[in-house]
Amino acid sequence: MIELKNVEKKFGDLRVLKGIDLSVKRGEVISIIGASGSGKSTMLYCINALEQIQGGQIVVDGIDVHDKSTNLNELRRHIGMVFQQWNSFPHLTVLENVALAPRLVLGKSKEEARHIAEKQLKHVGLGDKLDVYPTRMSGGQQQRLAIARALAMEPDYMLFDEVTSALDPELVGEVLDTLRLLSDDGMTMIVVTHEISFARDVSDRVAFFHQGVIEEIGPAQQLINDPQKARTQQFLSKVR
Amino acid sequence: MSSDASAIQFFSGFQVNDLWFLAEAAGGTLLISAIAISVGTFFGCLFGWALTASRWTSLTLGSVLDVFRSVPLIIQLLLFFNFFPIIGLPIDPFAAGSIVLIFYTSALVAQVARGGIEAVPASMRRASRSLGMTYWQDMRYVVWPVGLRAVLPAWAGVALGVLKDSALVSVLGYLELLRASQILITRTQEPFIILSIVGLFYFALSYPISKTTAKLEQRWQYD
Repeated sequence: MIELKNVEKKFGDLRVLKGIDLSVKRGEVISIIGASGSGKSTMLYCINALEQIQGGQIVVDGIDVHDKSTNLNELRRHIGMVFQQWNSFPHLTVLENVALAPRLVLGKSKEEARHIAEKQLKHVGLGDKLDVYPTRMSGGQQQRLAIARALAMEPDYMLFDEVTSALDPELVGEVLDTLRLLSDDGMTMIVVTHEISFARDVSDRVAFFHQGVIEEIGPAQQLINDPQKARTQQFLSKVR
Repeated sequence: MSSDASAIQFFSGFQVNDLWFLAEAAGGTLLISAIAISVGTFFGCLFGWALTASRWTSLTLGSVLDVFRSVPLIIQLLLFFNFFPIIGLPIDPFAAGSIVLIFYTSALVAQVARGGIEAVPASMRRASRSLGMTYWQDMRYVVWPVGLRAVLPAWAGVALGVLKDSALVSVLGYLELLRASQILITRTQEPFIILSIVGLFYFALSYPISKTTAKLEQRWQYD
């Protein structure tokens, strides 16, 4: 379970998150929508402590993420993250990209790591690309590689930060299909996205961010089809 | 007659033995350059990392390194070499030359290394940290290889530059190629032959560096 309690985040004087309360249960898929700059991505970065918070608390499975005594490297094993930029390690083959962290962080042997990597790459449909260098692949394939790389750590949670925003339109579908696959596997996911129909069809709940606060949150179908707040209605009418 | 003979002895022509003398001097160039490039690269990488580590180190270390990069090497050599006798600690030309060249090289390599670290996108480093890698694992397995590939040509440029700049150590009296050539030119009065041969020696010393880095670059192309 991921719990955010009254989370405050500032960049200098700029308040980016103004008291966010959110809890995500195991197995739940929650999508975060909202305009650029509304704090959605920043919230994800705070959950695995890639960004510090200035107030409130974030608790993951009973561990206070921003407590000084928390071992962040240990915590991050359990929270996979995929970014807008796919960030493939260009000097490693597809297989090595995925096998690196299991070897270094989980202490798996070369053989075990290879086995894990193969399994995850097949799962995301890259079983035929094992020995290719990522720069030879399309953005969609590299983004699926990034997903496999995160999955290889066998995380309990996955955070997705606008993973289709940097892709050519024709490549968006294959990445969203991979996310659907994970959702079907029962993965707990927080998905920051501009893909409204994906948010509606795949997530259990959707939260609408506006200027650093959760303006509205509710069951996916209801929030997208029948938003209650004026600002949510306004946003949805613009993006559709 | 006798004065003619002594003149001939004084200005004797270039001999095969002189080639050995030049080869020995090339060994001197190779030795001091190899020390400067290897030790200087090691410290340069440390300094380059320190330049990116915090604003404070960037400012303080950065300005110290700027001195070594900006003051002409020949002035650094003469100052350093003559400073120690003043405080009663004579230093031999090889030691003085090595130390100054090491500082000089590390100041140049530091900027190359800083460039390499900064060439790795912040988002890529976030990705590796988000996988649970420690700062040093990220440094060793992601930043180092990716950054190295980005700046290898620049490093090769520094290494080749230092190899040739090592000629300046001749002003301290250390026997290397340039000093040997001056000695031979004085004796033989045949600068064209000798400087051509010395040029070939420098080329022979440089070639492995440029060839090896070019090969590595080719092997490291991302495909």
